[in-house]
Amino acid sequence: MAKAEKKWLPRWFYQLASPRWCYQICGKLLPGFSLVTLVLLLGGTLWALLFAPADYQQGNSFRIIYLHVPSAILAQSCYMLMAVAGAIGLIWKMKVADMVAKSCAPIGASLAVLALLTGAIWGKPTWGSWWVWDARLTSMLILFFLYLGVMALNSAIESESTAAQSTAVLALVGLVNIPIIKYSVEWWNTLHQPATFKLTEKPAMPAEMWMPLLVMVIGFYTFFAVALMLRLRNEILRRERRSGWVKELLLVK
Amino acid sequence: MDNLPTNQSINRDVGVAALFIAALRRDLMLSLRRKSELVNPLIFFLMVITLFPLGVSPEPGFLAQLAPGVLWVSALLATLLSMDSLFRSDFDDGSLEQLLLSPQPLFIVVLAKIAAHWMMTGLALTLVAPLIGVMLFLPSEGMPGLMLSLLLGTPTLSLVGAIGAALTVGLRKGGVLISLLVLPLYIPVLIFGTGAVQAAVTGLPIGGYLALLGALLALGITLAPLAVAAALRISVSG
Repeated sequence: MAKAEKKWLPRWFYQLASPRWCYQICGKLLPGFSLVTLVLLLGGTLWALLFAPADYQQGNSFRIIYLHVPSAILAQSCYMLMAVAGAIGLIWKMKVADMVAKSCAPIGASLAVLALLTGAIWGKPTWGSWWVWDARLTSMLILFFLYLGVMALNSAIESESTAAQSTAVLALVGLVNIPIIKYSVEWWNTLHQPATFKLTEKPAMPAEMWMPLLVMVIGFYTFFAVALMLRLRNEILRRERRSGWVKELLLVK
Repeated sequence: MDNLPTNQSINRDVGVAALFIAALRRDLMLSLRRKSELVNPLIFFLMVITLFPLGVSPEPGFLAQLAPGVLWVSALLATLLSMDSLFRSDFDDGSLEQLLLSPQPLFIVVLAKIAAHWMMTGLALTLVAPLIGVMLFLPSEGMPGLMLSLLLGTPTLSLVGAIGAALTVGLRKGGVLISLLVLPLYIPVLIFGTGAVQAAVTGLPIGGYLALLGALLALGITLAPLAVAAALRISVSG
């Protein structure tokens, strides 16, 4: 058999497009990811709470950064993933991409809530009030609203394929708007400290402080992967409930 | 049945400008015949404005301080409320499907529909705004900023709102949903719009704000009709 073209990606990558294979591949990945998540989150939390030095100004109250920053980063990344998955579903009509986009929305919304809550708890000792109309808090709140809009639209449309396509369009419109909203809100009012991690510069805090933060961020990413895979597997089963392999799977167990 | 092919060939010859003008005229004529749709957003605008002195404080100095924000928020809500009707009647009587099936580019038709909608709401709001500014004791220095920012900002509101209208046109309960979808996207326009009015009131240059509003409008004109067209195709076929 002559190979007409070189394969750039391994075979399992193409198999992800089929709900059945995607279900099985996710099932194989889940234990490993869960273990890594557990180790990273547990280790990172212990490191952050017990061994990282206290801030010279904020004392121990700064330690909430180890929850606040990862959840804020993840809430934004999750929107990107949702929009990209939506676009893939819209363009190539891949069912699995639609399901990924749908599973992303509730996870992203809850991460945005977590970022807002930890921000409020951190704001009380630092700024003296639970809520400040500051640029970054406000843009996180708007991100939360965008998630709510996507979820509301998805649940309002009965036909599943129409709902997936409509939410994909909305997510893409939101993706174009996120930078505009971010910068307009930033010019409007800011009190918040600048971002902790930048790709181009070294972090301003000492290594003993940002190393556990990095561990926590990676841990949150793997946690997100676990949560996404669990939701995705449920979604696949729910949508493919009439197909033969799901019936077989349920009867065997 | 004989003349069907010739009809189609004539239709294909319609140029982009002629198509735009034809769609614009049709929508303007339709909304001028339904006077209530023209007047309702304006009445809503006026009523919301009236609530603020009643609910907050009738004191002139305080109202003048509040005026830029109140005017912009009310204009935004008035546009939003009128948005639901943009594609609704065309969807109900089936003409929207004909528009989607026609060989003409949907981008142009959608742009014309949005332009007609803006003339009926955004432009009217812009023209009424100075009067309401006076009622809210907005200093006369702020008027040019108010007019210009509304003139540049309300078309963007119509363009973005049309995306929400297109996404929800197939649903029976579109009203509240459309505000959930669209309101977060309105925030940049609101920030720069009120910024322009406040700068004008304090005597600062407003060019920067207007340039930003113009940039948002340019982005909206180029991208929003694409999203609206895609959303309409999804909503109508689904």
